[in-house]
Amino acid sequence: MQGTVDPAKADLNHHAATIATEHEAHPDHRMFGLIVFLGAETMIFMGLFAAYLTFRVVYPEWPPAGTPERELLLPSINTAILIGSSFVIHNAEADIKSNNVKGLQRWFGATALMGIIFLAGQLYEYMHLEFGLKTNLYASTFYVLTGFHGLHVFLGVCLILAVLWRSLKTAHYSEEHHFGVEAAELYWHFVDVIWIILFILLYLL
Amino acid sequence: MTQVKNASVAAVPVHETERKWWHFFTFSTDHKVIGIQYIVTSFIFYLIGGSLATAIRTELATPAPDFVTPEVYNSLLTLHGTVMIFLWIVPAGAGLANYLIPLMIGARDMAFPKLNAVAFWMIPPAGLMLVLSFFLEAPQSGWTSYPPLSLMTGKVGEGIWIFSLLISGTSSILGAINFFVTILKMRVPSMGIHQMPLFCWAMLSTSGLILIGTPVLAGALILLAFDLLAGTAFFNPTGGGDPVVYQHMFWFYSHPAVYIMVLPLFGAISDILPVHARKPIFGYKAIAYSSIAISFLGLIVWAHHMFTSGTPAWLRMFFMITTMVIAVPTGIKVFGWLATIWGGKISLNSAMVFAMGFIAVFVIGGISGVMLAAVPFDIHVHDTYFVVAHLHYVLFGGSVFGIYAAIYHWFPKMTGRMMNEPLGIIHFVLTFIGMNLTFLPMHQLGLLGMNRRIAFYDPRFTSLNQLVTLGSYILAVSTFPFLFNAVWSWLKGKPAADNPWRALTLEWQTSSPPMIENFEVLPVLTTGPYDYGMTHKSTEAGSEPGTPVLSGSPSA
Repeated sequence: MQGTVDPAKADLNHHAATIATEHEAHPDHRMFGLIVFLGAETMIFMGLFAAYLTFRVVYPEWPPAGTPERELLLPSINTAILIGSSFVIHNAEADIKSNNVKGLQRWFGATALMGIIFLAGQLYEYMHLEFGLKTNLYASTFYVLTGFHGLHVFLGVCLILAVLWRSLKTAHYSEEHHFGVEAAELYWHFVDVIWIILFILLYLL
Repeated sequence: MTQVKNASVAAVPVHETERKWWHFFTFSTDHKVIGIQYIVTSFIFYLIGGSLATAIRTELATPAPDFVTPEVYNSLLTLHGTVMIFLWIVPAGAGLANYLIPLMIGARDMAFPKLNAVAFWMIPPAGLMLVLSFFLEAPQSGWTSYPPLSLMTGKVGEGIWIFSLLISGTSSILGAINFFVTILKMRVPSMGIHQMPLFCWAMLSTSGLILIGTPVLAGALILLAFDLLAGTAFFNPTGGGDPVVYQHMFWFYSHPAVYIMVLPLFGAISDILPVHARKPIFGYKAIAYSSIAISFLGLIVWAHHMFTSGTPAWLRMFFMITTMVIAVPTGIKVFGWLATIWGGKISLNSAMVFAMGFIAVFVIGGISGVMLAAVPFDIHVHDTYFVVAHLHYVLFGGSVFGIYAAIYHWFPKMTGRMMNEPLGIIHFVLTFIGMNLTFLPMHQLGLLGMNRRIAFYDPRFTSLNQLVTLGSYILAVSTFPFLFNAVWSWLKGKPAADNPWRALTLEWQTSSPPMIENFEVLPVLTTGPYDYGMTHKSTEAGSEPGTPVLSGSPSA
């Protein structure tokens, strides 16, 4: 190497070079990366929520005249299922932290099932609602917002199933190495919190 | 590497420093390759955007639409703006960040190298799709694509525009995740937050803006796509929607976008000036925190693009004030830069003249910006050439001059070759003259009342327009010395030393180009990044090996 290398610094490098033969262990930043990503995801929902709230405030009458009454029973049951599933998935993390892979698989399976039930409930609701995508502004925002959220639930279920699949490999997840489990859980909690806000905005207010 | 005599070190395989040319066309996870891929790709889109501009100026040499039809003209201006923003400046900043951040902080690569490569490879398809739309059906409603107009011009063109932006926006977000995590978590242990180069502070602020703003644009584009393709009426007044909601969502991103486009170059300039003036940066903390302030304030000024959209008076007042306030942290930087070079031992090489030219031209753009911030003034010049003048002074004079300065400065590091200096100066002179001749008269055109985005203008504006067109042709010609210089120097330029500028930041303490894993051993800081002209503790005999040594720097 040519260049203006400071001789004192070159000395430091000589001494430290013996350590360089080993691959440098480095900390795992994936959780931080996931959190930053979820920050961006939060912002896309915030943008859509802000649009919804603006339409609500600016529109002369809300919901617009002629919008059928919103039924609350099915969505409330669905909400309970989703919130419940967040507790279920938490058990999975507790289990893998005590090296219980079978427990992890059981709870993740249960969460995926609850997620699928939620999606089925959404589909049922869509099919039986008396307004369509283009009926009016409330209807459009309702479908786009719940649909976008539903897409994220679907992705969450896929993540959970992927982790479940990987857990079938012997010793893939353990007490020390279970980032996939934590990542899927955090994503699932995110999806849950977004739903709670959505539910309040679209159904309750 | 041949100086090393220690037996255990001789067993370490010699790192290959040679990158084959075809590596740059692969899905490489090396941040240095990705950085160069970004910079070269975005420069190609710059040339495309510039050709579009030349076509626009050729049309505007005469009042009547006699070069192209008005519809084609609308496509030209739409693609020009969109390409320059999303495919040139934003990715070029990402490219510089990719290349420099790990080297500057003493890391071997970014936090998530595969994600990094994915982010880059989204750009070519997004860009190709947008540019090729010209041959199918091009978007026609300006880069801002306001509904309801954008819902009435061709569905295919608009659909391509939306899809292309969703992809390039996602690319930007993925890049920002990497920059944010890497800067915060992967600095060498001896580099505290106040010892990292100002480019890293700039990229931290830029990443924050990208992560907060771009998703909201995605939301706007999704709703617009539904209106366009599914028949909803979020933004269509005939269906009960509100077009101003689109404007709010759009500008919530697009105003921070201008800071996303300029903050990286503010950071680069802060790192270029001290080197070529041989002086420490003046006001390290002030400049560092002003980047954070600009990114925070940048999130609460967006409606200054909407002063004539029927926004209520109290809202306009709020945004006028926040917009004027943002001049303060920007001014802090400008004064910091001036104080840095004042009394310095200045080398007027290509990097430095572009950096100094940046300050001069950006300040002019900043002044017209403060004028535009005033509501009573803006309502007269909104949508006129005064705005076009302002935006090009800050984006061309700011971002583009900054990118050129960065390329001249870091080219030796990236390629291991020196660029030709006389050619660089010629490039600067032609660019400076061309740029000012093109954009200065636009202030007057705007004040006289010439609208933007029109192919057919009042004949009384003709002579000024002809002057502008002449300037734009000089600008077009000015690109050639640079292109020739860059290509020739990369292939056959004089080999560069590790540290041709005798700079102190970490990227210069390794080979040119750096070995694949950046550093033989992870560096230990021995000086602050800007300690020019100071004696360093490490030059004293008997320093302990392995202990981080930090000299008393102005940043302490």
